[in-house]
Amino acid sequence: MNYFDQSLTSIHKQLVNKEISAKDLTQQTLDNIKAVDGDINAFITVDNEGALKKAADVDAKGIDADNVLSGMPIAIKDNMVTKGLTTTAASKILENFKPIYDATAVDKLNKLGTITVGKTNMDEFAMGGSTENSAFKITHNPWDTTKVPGGSSGGSAAAVAAGEVIAALGSDTGGSIRQPASFNGVVGMKPTYGRVSRWGLIAFGSSLDQIGPITRNVADNATIMNAIAGHDDHDLTSSTKEVPDFTSTLNKGVKGMKIGIPTEFMAQGLDDDIKQTVLDTAETFKKMGATVEEVSLPHTKYGVAAYYIISSSEASSNLQRFDGIRYGRRAKDVKNLEDLYVKSRSEGFGDEVKRRIMLGTFSLSAGFYDAYFKKAAQVRTLMINDFTNVFKDFDLILAPTAPTPAYGIGEDVSDPMTMYMNDVLTLPVNLAGLPGMSVPAGFSKGLPVGVQLIGRPYDELTVYQAGSAFEQSTDFAKQTPKMGGNN
Amino acid sequence: MTEKISEDQVKHVAELAKLKIADDQLPYFTTQLDQIIGLFETLSEVDTDGIEPTSSVTDQINVMREDIADNWNQRQALLDNAPDTADGYIRVPTIIDESGDNE
Repeated sequence: MNYFDQSLTSIHKQLVNKEISAKDLTQQTLDNIKAVDGDINAFITVDNEGALKKAADVDAKGIDADNVLSGMPIAIKDNMVTKGLTTTAASKILENFKPIYDATAVDKLNKLGTITVGKTNMDEFAMGGSTENSAFKITHNPWDTTKVPGGSSGGSAAAVAAGEVIAALGSDTGGSIRQPASFNGVVGMKPTYGRVSRWGLIAFGSSLDQIGPITRNVADNATIMNAIAGHDDHDLTSSTKEVPDFTSTLNKGVKGMKIGIPTEFMAQGLDDDIKQTVLDTAETFKKMGATVEEVSLPHTKYGVAAYYIISSSEASSNLQRFDGIRYGRRAKDVKNLEDLYVKSRSEGFGDEVKRRIMLGTFSLSAGFYDAYFKKAAQVRTLMINDFTNVFKDFDLILAPTAPTPAYGIGEDVSDPMTMYMNDVLTLPVNLAGLPGMSVPAGFSKGLPVGVQLIGRPYDELTVYQAGSAFEQSTDFAKQTPKMGGNN
Repeated sequence: MTEKISEDQVKHVAELAKLKIADDQLPYFTTQLDQIIGLFETLSEVDTDGIEPTSSVTDQINVMREDIADNWNQRQALLDNAPDTADGYIRVPTIIDESGDNE
């Protein structure tokens, strides 16, 4: 199956018309992975046997003509637990971990008949923006294999961009869906905090984490959001708000929509091509009947500091569970229980994870809590207020997704400060819990560039509406990397 | 550069987090953490007097449920993930090291 020319709908049609069986489709997807993934390294685990078995089951039951996801092979980021299928969060500490249940988002997809072909590579525990912090492998950007795919959902984004699968799930704590979507020329949505259950998502920053879809186009993205959204008794931060049909606004256009571009997002450190891409996108929206004006989010420059205090503090607490006792890697040659904890954790975690645990432990420790954690939580309130003010007058925010296109493998990884600053444009959306989507909007020296569309809380509909209108007026989403044998 | 965190403090924080940083790694982690904490300190510029901290952005508050036991019947599957088990229990090493060397 050449996924470059397909959408969920077009594949569904072939399944319904019996032009292809779910089993053949799954086999062809596994063949895609076999042919391409040697160069891309998007997958940590490929589940040949499990996928083909599930596909045969779907075929036996028959494809559901009213359910676009029936028999659809997809990929899952390796920080979502999958029953019986090794789940590592790209960490040595979980090397052989076989979960005993499915994450709610995965379970919802499974029940609709999707077929999980494998688990995708990521930065260890989703800490990073290049997928270079994986304990197992380096993922390469399909557009230029010397470049990073972004991260932390770099495996999911690269797998979709390389035509290995039609769709994948990612997770986003500070930009981990949107930034790799931008780097790979695909569509990535981080929904409103609470829109999708986090049950079974290996926790990083619990007040920030959200699961979302990564796809080739906006309509496919909305279709997968329809499947995974909704309240879950297992995650009591998941919202009881009614879930709309996210595909219902895709053809409504943007006439009369009021769009704001935050001045602070267009300032220092932004690559010229990226800036131009945002301005060009604004022109396209104006031509389609939207109004675009500059707006201000004055506390933007404090976002990186506030985010790294809050996310690291939450991580230091969440990652206490990895102690080598009940699951995961246990150190050998230990003297006593204390020694077992310390050795298992010190051997099992990579440097970036250790760094964040220590930053969090420091920020929460006696004598520093008020100056760091509490202060960051107050600045978070001010950042939320900034967004609330803008959304009084505007329906949508347009912004760059990342300050640069994909950079070279090995370029930034040794300097955590540079890595952290790269998240400046995406993490405010997590701090405020808003929906944000990156859509392909141009190219810089042959590499894709995405722009970010940010909506009011629980207003993914407007984000999808604008994203779809923009996609239909351009052909960026139709361009594909020069690989995978299609051009 | 004014020091935000010393090597001794890094050692202490690592201990609190049940991590051991090798002595030859200590300068590397200290320099990096020092830079990042320096960035954290830029927040002191922000006037936050009277501003409530935000700890969560969920729209759910105090969700109640019945206290009902839910047996997943997965005892063996759970034990299969444990690195060391005996007689249906998870086995751990001695809690107090009898040699007296218990740092």
